[in-house]
Amino acid sequence: MDAAEALMDLTEISSQIQAAVLIAADGQTLASTIDDNARSDRLCAAVGSLVEAATARSGGEGRLVQLEAATSDGSLFVVRDDERLVAAVTKPEPTAGLVFFDLKSCLRAAAAEQGDGKPRPRPGVRTTEGATE
Amino acid sequence: MTAARRVFGLATLAALAVGAVVVLRRRAGSRERVDLYYDDGSMATVEHGEADAQALLGHARDALAAARTA
Repeated sequence: MDAAEALMDLTEISSQIQAAVLIAADGQTLASTIDDNARSDRLCAAVGSLVEAATARSGGEGRLVQLEAATSDGSLFVVRDDERLVAAVTKPEPTAGLVFFDLKSCLRAAAAEQGDGKPRPRPGVRTTEGATE
Repeated sequence: MTAARRVFGLATLAALAVGAVVVLRRRAGSRERVDLYYDDGSMATVEHGEADAQALLGHARDALAAARTA
C-alpha cells in the first residue's frame, strides 16, 4: 500500500475526516486528499508551522507524537512517527479518540509500504458513533 | 400603558438576545484549545487565551482554511 492508498483508506473509513495529508519528516508531501496543489501546499506548510511551534513550546517534556487543535470552525489532528506525519481536518467537536485511532492506522499502513510489507486487513467504514459497516 | 409594555417587552427581548450572543461566544472561545500528547504518555492542553494559544490556533486556522477554501 502506498501513501496515497493509505490516505484513501483513511478517508473511506472515517466519516469525520474532511481532508488529510501525509508528510515526510523532511517536509515533503507524500500524499494529499486535496487535488489543488497550492491548497495542499498551504495545508502542509500550516501543519509544519503548528508542529514546529508545539514542539518549541514543549521544552523539556517528551517528544510530541500527536496533537489536536480545536477551533470553532473545526479541528486539526496530527499524528507522527519518526519517518512521517499525517494530518487531518474535521468538523467541529469530532470524536477525537476515533480520529486518532484512524490516523495511527494510516501511519502504520504507510510505514508498511517501506517496512515489513505484511498484509493488513482493510477496515470497514466507521461512522461517528463507532459502528463499523 | 400598552406602549410602555411593548417597549419593555422589546427591551427584554433585546437583552436576552445580547446575553445569548455573549454566552455562545464565551462557549465557542472556551472550546478552542490545543491538546499536545507526548511519547512518555503525558499530555498538555493550551487553552484559548493562554500565551502560546494564539500562535498555535493561528496555524490551525490557516490549515483549516487551506483545506476548505475552494
